[in-house]
Amino acid sequence: MRELERYLRIEKFPHIWCPGCGNGIVLGSMLRAVKRLDLDQDQTVIVGGIGCSSRAVGYLDFNTLHTTHGRAIAFATGIKMARPDLKVIVITGDGDATAIGGNHFIHAARRNIDITLLLFNNSIYGMTGGQYSPLTPVNKKATTAPYGVIEPSFDIAELARVAGASYVGRSTTYHSSLLTGLIMEGIENKGFSLVEAVTACPTAYGRRNSMKDGLEMLLWQKENAVQIQQAKKMNPEELAGKIIIGRLHSQAAPEYTDMYEQLINRSGFQTGGTMVTPLKGTQRG
Amino acid sequence: MSRIFEMARLMQGNEAVAEGALAAGVRFFAGYPITPSTEIAEIMAERLPRLGGKFIQMEDEMASLAAVIGASLTGQKSITATSGPGFSLMQENIGFAAMAEVPCVIVNVQRSGPSTGMPTAPAQGDVMQARWGTHGDHPVIVLSPASVREAYDITVRAVNLAEKYRVPVILLMDEVVGHLREKVVLPALGEVEIINRPAPSPNVEEYSPYLPDENGVPPMANFGEGYRYHVTGLAHDEQGMPANDPKVLEKLLLRLHNKINYNLPDILFDEALYLDDAQVAVLAYGCSARSARRAVKEARAEGIKAGLYRPITLWPFPEQRVLEVARCAHTIIVPEMNLGQYRLEVERVVRERACVRGVHRVHGELVEPGDILAAIREVV
Repeated sequence: MRELERYLRIEKFPHIWCPGCGNGIVLGSMLRAVKRLDLDQDQTVIVGGIGCSSRAVGYLDFNTLHTTHGRAIAFATGIKMARPDLKVIVITGDGDATAIGGNHFIHAARRNIDITLLLFNNSIYGMTGGQYSPLTPVNKKATTAPYGVIEPSFDIAELARVAGASYVGRSTTYHSSLLTGLIMEGIENKGFSLVEAVTACPTAYGRRNSMKDGLEMLLWQKENAVQIQQAKKMNPEELAGKIIIGRLHSQAAPEYTDMYEQLINRSGFQTGGTMVTPLKGTQRG
Repeated sequence: MSRIFEMARLMQGNEAVAEGALAAGVRFFAGYPITPSTEIAEIMAERLPRLGGKFIQMEDEMASLAAVIGASLTGQKSITATSGPGFSLMQENIGFAAMAEVPCVIVNVQRSGPSTGMPTAPAQGDVMQARWGTHGDHPVIVLSPASVREAYDITVRAVNLAEKYRVPVILLMDEVVGHLREKVVLPALGEVEIINRPAPSPNVEEYSPYLPDENGVPPMANFGEGYRYHVTGLAHDEQGMPANDPKVLEKLLLRLHNKINYNLPDILFDEALYLDDAQVAVLAYGCSARSARRAVKEARAEGIKAGLYRPITLWPFPEQRVLEVARCAHTIIVPEMNLGQYRLEVERVVRERACVRGVHRVHGELVEPGDILAAIREVV
């Protein structure tokens, strides 16, 4: 832990998370990835949305931005567009990124803009007290689903892949060293990277769904996670309810800010050029 | 500097906004298409890359202003343009920009509402939305030009005010001015005043991101320049960290207001015509002010002592100047393309010092000079 202190605003601790919460493990995995990649703190921006996980940005000693609900990826897009040389990491939760922020999520993936999205998936809205999210599994209970959720949940990793993300990985807080490796790969990938971290919320999710504490939820992750290599040998019945972990997708693709730099060159931009008013304006009323 | 710039040319209001933004140093635009503002996005898409700037068409208006704020945090002067329904969607992030003190300009070329209303018809129905659209108490700066050349100048001022006071500035246009074409001669670029956000001291270790200078405005470090700090829409202390202490919160909110209130002479722009001896004053802004000017001149030709007061800065409300108008005039006529949004504010300030009458049109067509002239004749 001490080796990671340089990345933390230690004076802001203790953190707000509940006993048994997995968010600290996800954050630790992220900081180990940052350390192993030796990222420059001055040249790294960490953006959060709204929710338990997103509050982590306040504890991190980088350029940090805590945004409006669901919009973290859109803020990050502006930062990356304006300063493509900066590393941009977004940390948000399942509700933030896939419900209110779902549109920004798919379009950032489609653009393949070089942002790493670390998605804390605790299957619930924790900060508002346990309402169901698009990633709450069907039949599970939440304060707004007292009889069990009837909506099918997203496979958010698959959604990111088909939308155009060039890197997708998934792990759990039980498999935290795998998580660190996936985050490293995501940060190093030139393009939109999703790393889904399955984490535990014993307070708002576990208690209502027959898992009484954080340890029990960790053990559930251990028993139900299947490595991607192993999953390829299993049939759909065997995979039902399992969490497939590992590097799920990695495919180089043109990156948005690179493409825009090429567009700038095509437009006739010359460094140091003065403003030239176009002779033809847009002539539409 | 380009010679073309100083030549007389025919220009559209929306085009003047784009040119003004570029002249003021804007190099980032994020937006979502909506009539009647779209030409601004189209021109920026063409022009920005040629200046080394960036244009992005986002997936919606929330994302557009979010991206603008993100870009501004890296030091890039940033702008977006929209119209009524899109402006409604931007309110959440306008509040964020106000709370986190991120300079940006939001152009709203108003159209008839409510809801999708009449997309190509002009209106002035967003005056109160511009002032009170977001939740909570924060000040706003809202500027409203009445001509194409002024759209250029006021856009430059909007960018400058946003930078100087670290606030979101709303450029409240209307469809008439946005789509109007007029002959303009733009100033040489060297004559355009450019103001940059207050810069912090080079001592990175001592930086407090929300510790104000003597003007009430905190110096702003840009992301990626070595100052590591936290930006949040939560109530925060001078270090930028979330805070719940009532004293800290009150201090923050009052400072956000006072940095505007203490600098009103720098922020309030207006125009007066024949007001020195006016017994009837017409108070109008945007396209309605064009009709008002004509009506006032015709009234003068009839021997009626009429005058025009035109606020260019709609918010903060120019209370002192409106009181001065009421000191001379017994009646103030407020023509608007809404049912009295600004008239009510005039009434609030003027009270019994003068009569206030509205001339209101909400049918998607202009308030005509004859409408205003008839009202002037009625009250003399």
